[in-house]
Amino acid sequence: MTMYATRTRNARPEPFTVHVGIAERLGLAHMDWPLTIAALFLVGFSVFTLGQATQNDVPGDPNYFLERQAIYALLGIVGMIVLTRIDYSRFRELRVGIYTFLCASVSLVFVFGFAARGSRRAFEFPFFSFQPSELGKLLLVLALAGFVIDGARRGSEVQRTVRYLCLGLAPAALVFLQPDLGTSLVYVVATLAVMYFGGVPWTHFAVIGGALIALVALVLVVAPTAGTPILKGYQEERLTSFLNPDEHQSGAGYQQNQSVIATGAGRVTGRGDKATQTRLDFVPERHTDFIFAVIGERYGFMGTAFVLSLYALLFWRALRITTLSKNSYGTLVAGGIAVALLFQTFVNVGMNLGIMPITGIPLPLMSYGGSSVLATFMAIGVLQSINVQAHLSQRGRFAW
Amino acid sequence: MYLRNDSKPQGSRLSLRVAVIGGIGVALFAVLFFRLWNLQVLSGDEYLAEAQNNRTREFKVIAPRGDILDRDGEVLVDNRTSLALQLNTSKLPEDPAEERAELARLGELAHMSLRKVRRTIKEGEEVAAGAPVTLRRDVGFDLIAYVEENQEEFPGVSVQRVFVRHYPDGTRAAHVVGSVGEISDEELKEPEYKGLEPGDEVGKGGVEYSYDKFLRGDPGHTRIQVNALGEPTPGGQLVSEAPTPGSNLKLTIDGDVQAAGEGGLGARGLPGAFISMNIDNGQILAMGSNPTYDPTDLIEPSQQQVDELYRDPVLAPLVNRATESAYPTGSIFKIITALAALENGRITPDTVVQDNGQIEVGTDTFENAGGVAHGAVELRRALQVSSDVYFYLLGLDMWETDELQEWAHKLGIGRPAGLDLPEEGETLLPTKAWRNQLFKEGNTDRPWSSGDNIQLATGQGDLQTSPLQMALAYAALGNGGKIPTPHVALEVEDAAGRVLKEFDFPPQRKVHIDAGYRTAILEGLHAAAQEGEGTAAGVFGGFPIPIAGKTGTAERLPHADQSWFAALSPYPNPRIVTIATVEEGGFGAESAAPVVLDILEAIYDKQASAVSSAGGSE
Repeated sequence: MTMYATRTRNARPEPFTVHVGIAERLGLAHMDWPLTIAALFLVGFSVFTLGQATQNDVPGDPNYFLERQAIYALLGIVGMIVLTRIDYSRFRELRVGIYTFLCASVSLVFVFGFAARGSRRAFEFPFFSFQPSELGKLLLVLALAGFVIDGARRGSEVQRTVRYLCLGLAPAALVFLQPDLGTSLVYVVATLAVMYFGGVPWTHFAVIGGALIALVALVLVVAPTAGTPILKGYQEERLTSFLNPDEHQSGAGYQQNQSVIATGAGRVTGRGDKATQTRLDFVPERHTDFIFAVIGERYGFMGTAFVLSLYALLFWRALRITTLSKNSYGTLVAGGIAVALLFQTFVNVGMNLGIMPITGIPLPLMSYGGSSVLATFMAIGVLQSINVQAHLSQRGRFAW
Repeated sequence: MYLRNDSKPQGSRLSLRVAVIGGIGVALFAVLFFRLWNLQVLSGDEYLAEAQNNRTREFKVIAPRGDILDRDGEVLVDNRTSLALQLNTSKLPEDPAEERAELARLGELAHMSLRKVRRTIKEGEEVAAGAPVTLRRDVGFDLIAYVEENQEEFPGVSVQRVFVRHYPDGTRAAHVVGSVGEISDEELKEPEYKGLEPGDEVGKGGVEYSYDKFLRGDPGHTRIQVNALGEPTPGGQLVSEAPTPGSNLKLTIDGDVQAAGEGGLGARGLPGAFISMNIDNGQILAMGSNPTYDPTDLIEPSQQQVDELYRDPVLAPLVNRATESAYPTGSIFKIITALAALENGRITPDTVVQDNGQIEVGTDTFENAGGVAHGAVELRRALQVSSDVYFYLLGLDMWETDELQEWAHKLGIGRPAGLDLPEEGETLLPTKAWRNQLFKEGNTDRPWSSGDNIQLATGQGDLQTSPLQMALAYAALGNGGKIPTPHVALEVEDAAGRVLKEFDFPPQRKVHIDAGYRTAILEGLHAAAQEGEGTAAGVFGGFPIPIAGKTGTAERLPHADQSWFAALSPYPNPRIVTIATVEEGGFGAESAAPVVLDILEAIYDKQASAVSSAGGSE
């Protein structure tokens, strides 16, 4: 396998290209630039915000979070460029391997994982820790899209739907047991998204939707009353406290209340260095899950609207790529990635604004964390690859 | 199924699905934008206020209360500083076992049992919910150092420098100065305590209560930036506003006279009271009650102490007997009877009455004390020897009218005296209408009769009045008809002694008293105090300052006779009224008169030395 897939596929001289520029050499010529710019702005804003807001967090090292996030961002950008230049279609062929790796990696944390706050999610390495479930989001989409394409002509529609669901829900269940409720929800949503773009009939989604509602009712209402709670107490409290935050002033509701106060206090233009809520420990996890509240307090509506617009742009470009893809695999992958990004963004921002439950889903590209930043950039790299391949195939067709 | 990987998915079916997802995306982003707009643009100001509230903690800097001084500027009450161990109960661990452990550790440090700690907290919460509870005052520096070094073991515990009322002379003028205590929930609702908070100290009695707004001062504030744990953050002191100490209050009380009165009354060893007042302007020079108390004991009284010592219904040391008690007065009431009879033309000063030692009215016999017959007496003589028969006859003469009651009422008996202290008791001037009403309601066995008026004429029967009210009546006699407004506050001063406010208490009302009648009565009183057979001549005969005085011996069953003495001095143009009473003290001359003598000696010794040293005249 060559790393320069685009080159091999376009070995013939191209009549409309006279000069081969540097961008072309790097394989960047057909990147979706709005998507790239949105991603770079977001991660840049993240680094900038962390640099300003976390100076006193690590004694003696004011730039602790800034430096690390910058390194993760650079690694992520490199990963994105590398993936841009790879023909994503290869991943379809590797689907079984990818899927096996995914399930193995999220299982291995149970054995070798590093326990943080009661859950085993990450491998601990000398200089960093790696959370396989973050990369797993992308791996799941890549593998599942492959399975969907592969299985398109096998079995009845119901059988296929059940098969995809099982394939998607197996890693989701493993992640749920780590326990990492938020990430497992992303897996479920990504699975459904891939199935959706894979053409699973609407009626099946109606049934799945009904089953989901029943499941939620079971988990939150029936099981606890029957004495066999499925969720851990804090998980249930987090999930339901946003409905009435005043009743949970000191627990889960407290965090959300503080986050809402912080965001609101930023008003239109933000409080800058006068920001107190997010500087003086009122808002918990402010560099990860609640970084949006930091932006809200420091930069106000102008900052949050800007960030939200970047996410809207990101989502739009990702969705657009689903329609441009040269093949169905690309459509499914792009659709899965787009919906997963939308879901994570909405749930995280909604959680910061007190309208969604606390699920511990990081804000893509903004929340501090190497695994998340790297995985998101890689997902965007795959999107870019789909875009590049679409352009190349179109041009190829045109050329021929 | 539209999937064929080698080609693009069928356009229309895919674009429908993309459009649906796109629509969902638009809707979700719209929700977020709407929520952000609502939070940051529409309600931003509220959240900003909440955030600011969130991150600062205001520490109150308590203002010391003003000193209370006597008229010469001698300190009656000031403050000392003390270190108090305080506990903010809202910061205690939520876990009951941890809470218990912390309270136990605290108790060990403060030498209190866990039960006592809990009870103190409970009591503190009852007085002022939400305020930090003071566990112990006057804690040592070693304890403070220990708590501060082990702060994490004692969440919610703090050490406050507090001002504690200090009484250099212990019980001196205790009933006048009163005590202080934590503001109660009821008081917090009252407008005069606006702006105060639970845990603040306010006056609970005496001038501490009446003049609280001058003495109180304004607390200062320090605003400190804190983090979410309530810990101060570096460089986070935002505002510091120094407290304004309370103003000093100078009283009309003369500490030396007060001491003399307290000494004289205390030496009797019996419950009683005294009051000495300027009859022209109503300034009270001395006022006291026995048994008394040390206000220090009330700063942090244990419930047991209060119950055992201060709630004793008989001794009642917290009661100011000069103003709150109500007694029959015996013969010192006779000046009122005399004035009523004279002013209503029932007698002249020279009307002679035959005193055979007793009179018979219907089936009742009324006799002089000891059954002594004084023979033919006119007003002066009747006052000098305290002929009861003379006044029985006046009472009998007036019994169908309200003449006696009208005069008693005009002179201040049975009505609020207008004192500037909260402590004034219920009194009773028995009238025909009062008793007839009681009878009509079936609350007594008989209607008003001549006997009631005969009793009242000599300060007996149903009469219930206080030394303060009698002082007003004597003052009016002494000054020719002015009813002064009795008061103890002279002026408000700042810490440097500059006068901020002078109190002016104009007379409450005027009563027309014929000058000749006044003179005649004063002559009789002077004779009673200092001449020959006068009832108090044995006490005041050798006193160099001429005075007019009247003894009283009140029957107050089931108690033994109560001793009274009222003096106007100097005679014949009195400036000061002095009244003393001693419960179960026997004859007026026996115990009350000596107390008055002690007071007058103090007043005139002091005046004499002031005159001689200043070389001036008064």
